[in-house]
Amino acid sequence: MAIFLTKDSKVIVQGMTGSEGMKHTRRMLASGTQIVGGVNPRKAGTTVDVDGTEVPVFGTVAEAIEKTGADVTVIFVPPKFTKDAVVEAIDAGIGLAVVITEGVPVHDSAAFWAYAGAKGNKTQIIGPNCPGLISPGQSNAGIIPADITKAGKIGLVSKSGTLTYQLMYELRDIGFSSAVGIGGDPVIGTTHIDALKAFQEDPETELIVMIGEIGGDAEERAAAYIAEHVTKPVVGYVAGFTAPEGKTMGHAGAIVSGSSGTAQAKKEALEAAGVKVGKTPSETARLARELFAAK
Amino acid sequence: MDLFEYQARDLFAKHGVPVLDGDVIETPEAARAIAERFGGRAVVKAQVKVGGRGKAGGVKLASDPADAVAKAEAILGMDIKGHTVHKVMLAQTADIKDEYYVSFLLDRTNRTFLAMASVEGGVEIEVVAEENPDALAKIPVDANEGCTPEKAAEIVAAAKFPAEVADQVADVLQKLWKVFIAEDALLVEVNPLIKSGDGKIIALDGKVSLDENAEFRQPEHEALEDKAAANPLEAAAKAKGLNYVKLDGEVGIIGNGAGLVMSTLDVVAYAGEKHGGVKPANFLDIGGGASAEVMANGLEIILGDTDVKSVFVNVFGGITACDAVANGIVQALALLEEKGEQVTKPLVVRLDGNNAELGRKILTDANHPLVEQVDTMDGAADRAAELANAK
Repeated sequence: MAIFLTKDSKVIVQGMTGSEGMKHTRRMLASGTQIVGGVNPRKAGTTVDVDGTEVPVFGTVAEAIEKTGADVTVIFVPPKFTKDAVVEAIDAGIGLAVVITEGVPVHDSAAFWAYAGAKGNKTQIIGPNCPGLISPGQSNAGIIPADITKAGKIGLVSKSGTLTYQLMYELRDIGFSSAVGIGGDPVIGTTHIDALKAFQEDPETELIVMIGEIGGDAEERAAAYIAEHVTKPVVGYVAGFTAPEGKTMGHAGAIVSGSSGTAQAKKEALEAAGVKVGKTPSETARLARELFAAK
Repeated sequence: MDLFEYQARDLFAKHGVPVLDGDVIETPEAARAIAERFGGRAVVKAQVKVGGRGKAGGVKLASDPADAVAKAEAILGMDIKGHTVHKVMLAQTADIKDEYYVSFLLDRTNRTFLAMASVEGGVEIEVVAEENPDALAKIPVDANEGCTPEKAAEIVAAAKFPAEVADQVADVLQKLWKVFIAEDALLVEVNPLIKSGDGKIIALDGKVSLDENAEFRQPEHEALEDKAAANPLEAAAKAKGLNYVKLDGEVGIIGNGAGLVMSTLDVVAYAGEKHGGVKPANFLDIGGGASAEVMANGLEIILGDTDVKSVFVNVFGGITACDAVANGIVQALALLEEKGEQVTKPLVVRLDGNNAELGRKILTDANHPLVEQVDTMDGAADRAAELANAK
């Protein structure tokens, strides 16, 4: 088992024929993902040869779903077209939309999030500005490198891409059920809490690693959720203790505003919920390893 | 990006929010003509991106044009909470009967927009929220439905605006929403929104924060940037398309991925506790790809920072494997030397992830005298801090 994405997931790529889309479609296919099509209205009806696999291009998400039974879309279109791409995916009723694009205006993210809600939340959104998710050995939807870890018992949810990779790599001997990069923008679809809930319910996941960073109060709310609902061991890490107030640190949402959104407050909230919080990524990996061995 | 008051005022005026006549100046003498235009009296207001300027003496009433020049002279150059006043705005005086508060902002927690309104304006809204939360109405606004006339009426009713101003305030709210949407703002705030002696509703002071991710469709926003206040290293980095923030320490940082770089800053700060208290000198994320050219651009910025005593290059090889990153570092150093840059600061490099051993071997074989490798992030941070402290 895994969360959100399995070997049976049928994945399409919106923006597949662009350079990033093509590069990562190739990588996703190589890591075993069932890529069933791409979407590009200008190239509808053609096929693209991706390292020997013929991938059909459809004019719309709806057509791709109808012809292939796709249930996941990975979105690589540029920021100015991202909102329309997500709205199209929602209208087509796809189950999961993974929005990789960085630099989406927050008004657009807020609009597609509200739109998904108005349509009954039938489409789960991950991102934007995220690396996507991987269920090692099964499927990979996004840009996470597949060859740094293997399938196993840890579930990971993170705002940061490279910290996800770092922890996946450090804990590669234990392996992962799924790793979900939710992104560091101010408005995102899937949250830490959504992933925690899914990992708690997933029989294959025995331990959860949760990575947060400065900005907003998602980690504090996740801590409250853990205290209430999560019985599996959780190890946490928070980045940005030394970030100055009022400066955006790379991710659009990574900003300490006044006294809110600090790493210290997040760490304290997680610890109060019984989460072991590492001081560095390596210490976090060590804590996870100890808890895993002690189970 | 936070705007100055006068810039916020301009955006309000552009979208029909009622404001008083005003003008921004940088020299005291320019105050005279403006005060004359207002009929003599004027309010002289320091333009700083920080609250509490009134208490700090940054807002003064001038009784005539000569007084306006004197007040402008007194305020220009003032230091308000670490912000030097380079500009003052002269505004018409207002006959204030009542002070209110209205704003639209992003509510991150609920992933929606939020209207806030209160009939207790003119003071810091955080204070109202703390001391008298019932006096601050908070109404969610759906991103796709917007501030309709019905929504504006709902906000007005929730904040208990008096009946005689209700329609005017509702109208201002809809225009303020226009500012919020049309300008891709993260915050539009009017405090105070006043009722004047003749019963008019006017935005007297405002705050606007804009979304930098929307720059591609907001070509006019670039002109609003306060380029004079930008740190020169940050400006140079921005011109090269680098994600860089100047900090006040001694260890230059380059890494790939925002989260990893934030984490690197923390780990260096911890290591610094054992090495004379050295700290990270900057945030610099060169992105997942970590190409030679971007690496060279990044190194150039960091080596140009005179505060930097040592550099920590912290890369996790994922999509771009470590051998490519190592080649990038070697090429970057060669590129800099070709350009005549003197690379004299020690570089501690930590490579981990895909093809880490191959990457490390490339750096070992290149045998650059200033490059030192440490295999773990914690160990490399410690070494970089130690080198910075030894300098």
